[in-house]
Amino acid sequence: MIEFTFWDILRNLLLAARWTILLSIVAFAGGAIAGVAILLLRISKRRWLRQAAEYYIGLFQGTPLLMQLFLLFFGLPLLGFRIEAWTAAVLGLTLCASAYLAEIWRGGVQSLPNGQWDAGSSLGLHYITQLRLIILPQAFAITRAPTVGFLVQLIKSTALTSIIGFEELVRTSNAINNATFEPFTVYGLVALIYFVLCYPLTRYTKILELRTARQH
Amino acid sequence: MEYALDFGWLNGAIGMIASGAAMTIFLIAVTTVAGVILSIFGAAAKRSRYPILRKAIAAYVEVIRNTPFLVQLFFIFFGLPRFGIRLDPVIAAMLAMTLNMTAYTTEIVGAGLDAVPKGQREAAAALGLPAWLVFIKIVLPQALKVIFPALTSQIIIMMLESSVVSQIAVRELTYEADMLQARTFRAFETYFVVTIVYLGMSIGLRRLLFATGRRAIAGGMA
Repeated sequence: MIEFTFWDILRNLLLAARWTILLSIVAFAGGAIAGVAILLLRISKRRWLRQAAEYYIGLFQGTPLLMQLFLLFFGLPLLGFRIEAWTAAVLGLTLCASAYLAEIWRGGVQSLPNGQWDAGSSLGLHYITQLRLIILPQAFAITRAPTVGFLVQLIKSTALTSIIGFEELVRTSNAINNATFEPFTVYGLVALIYFVLCYPLTRYTKILELRTARQH
Repeated sequence: MEYALDFGWLNGAIGMIASGAAMTIFLIAVTTVAGVILSIFGAAAKRSRYPILRKAIAAYVEVIRNTPFLVQLFFIFFGLPRFGIRLDPVIAAMLAMTLNMTAYTTEIVGAGLDAVPKGQREAAAALGLPAWLVFIKIVLPQALKVIFPALTSQIIIMMLESSVVSQIAVRELTYEADMLQARTFRAFETYFVVTIVYLGMSIGLRRLLFATGRRAIAGGMA
């Protein structure tokens, strides 16, 4: 049996945390891009597009993320795609993030007064230009706090990718635990690492909320 | 080779899926009741006169909200036996879910209590009601009415998150799905069916809570 000191455990966990951070960043970036696309459908003038986006959001918010990951992990190979844990993890979290972010930003868009659209039209701006210059910047600014709040949720969600075999923080900690039989130390440290990642963002959310509250 | 979807196994699997779903519903029911009751105490403690109590509740809420549920579950199930606390998987799942739920609902219930105007309390006190009766009959029903949508969302989020407790071998819906796919070798179809079941449960739960809860809260306690 290999002897693990406390520092060995910590070092291995910190190395694994890099994958948690990378996955969070990639999924958030991908989710933001796809989320804007879903948002555009969700606020479209065509009813069936709005409806389709609503179902998409409802599907991802109404089923467990773990099931979404399983379906991708086992489903995509059936369609002929070779898939690894990393691909399924990124894809699953991106799709899920796009649904949540689209819904958050939709709230921002709908809270804007209609006059903002009218003013854009009266300046002769095209629909896309109105969105780009007037509507979306304001919608993003209003919803900054819930967006950062969702990032915290996303970081925590990456823990589920350990179940489909992606070597991030939790999966590494399971392996270390099996070798050391020190579950209290190992999972305690893992919780601490997640806390260090998430707590600053949570504080930032609070500050943003207070700032918005003061403006109104 | 073309892969053909096959749902033929479903006939013999309905019993397993149903018993898994029943376990999931049982877990979320226990968690909801325990979580809401505890979070009323939590929210009250956070507004108490004792700074230590306030700080302790705040710390608990932050620790739970900034760590993944899966890690909390592993910590309770694998970590606690070191201190001689050996829990049955179902008990560990209920404990982890309740601790997780309470951290979120403490904030929600607290916001609801703050939303009840002070005059309500004063008017009730002026009528000579004792403090606990003021809280139960006047403040709490109004607070619950305000927070009802947020509470419903949190209950549904927790139900979906409970799929994770399959990892400590609690025989709920996801665990049964894992067993089924190992037996049928039809992983995609199995998880597809179970995902639809989850979707139906979350839609159904939302409808049920909105249909019955609102009336019960508004009329039942007052």
